[in-house]
Amino acid sequence: MAVEVRIPTILRTYTDGEKAVDGEGATLSEVIEHLEANHPGIKERLVESKDGQPDLRRFVNVYVNDEDVRFTGGLGTAVSDGDQVVVLPAVAGG
Amino acid sequence: MLRIDQETHDAIVAHAKRDHPDEACGVVAGPEGSDRPERFVPMVNAASSPTFYEFDPTDLLRLYKEMDANGEEPVVVYHSHTATEAYPSRTDIGLAQEPHAHYVLVSTREHGNSDGPVEFRSYRIVDGEVTEEEVSVVPPREEPRSQT
Repeated sequence: MAVEVRIPTILRTYTDGEKAVDGEGATLSEVIEHLEANHPGIKERLVESKDGQPDLRRFVNVYVNDEDVRFTGGLGTAVSDGDQVVVLPAVAGG
Repeated sequence: MLRIDQETHDAIVAHAKRDHPDEACGVVAGPEGSDRPERFVPMVNAASSPTFYEFDPTDLLRLYKEMDANGEEPVVVYHSHTATEAYPSRTDIGLAQEPHAHYVLVSTREHGNSDGPVEFRSYRIVDGEVTEEEVSVVPPREEPRSQT
């Protein structure tokens, strides 16, 4: 499955400044693995280990076709050809 | 240095006072690369908290899509502190993810919802490094055109 992945400013250091890159995979997890293969280091910024299982970082939002993946299965969210994956860091603080 | 017009400055302060004792938050968008904060966008603090703020994830996506379509970026990211000084907290520093933004902090600790001056300060936060910068409040943009 070929998808478009939109990269936020803070992570464009991994994509040579590109705002969007090609993605590949049947699930969000696979898309992130594919991203990591082309842009080493980016996965660490998106995923962390929670209770021994990989999960999205608390302050990273990922949307597939405008749906927040927290409500569609997280890293297991299915993606289809032509889908758009958007990564946005939370705007948050104390 | 942050240059911001009086009207936008006052709108940020009014938002902070209105939402006190909870933290208020929002952005001022501007043309990408211009460093001009032009479009005031108050956001809902999804945390509704006096000690934390977070843009609602759905609102966040809408905002960024809108800015993308307009060729804008968040020139200012603002929020208020309601019991402490207008200086980035450890959490603010840890979560700052917009290397090009001016992070504006407003403190409502002195006067709360009432009239009265507030601290209004601006910072760059890059890779955990905080640098305070001067704030220059300029007259509204709608200045009369020069006579010809």
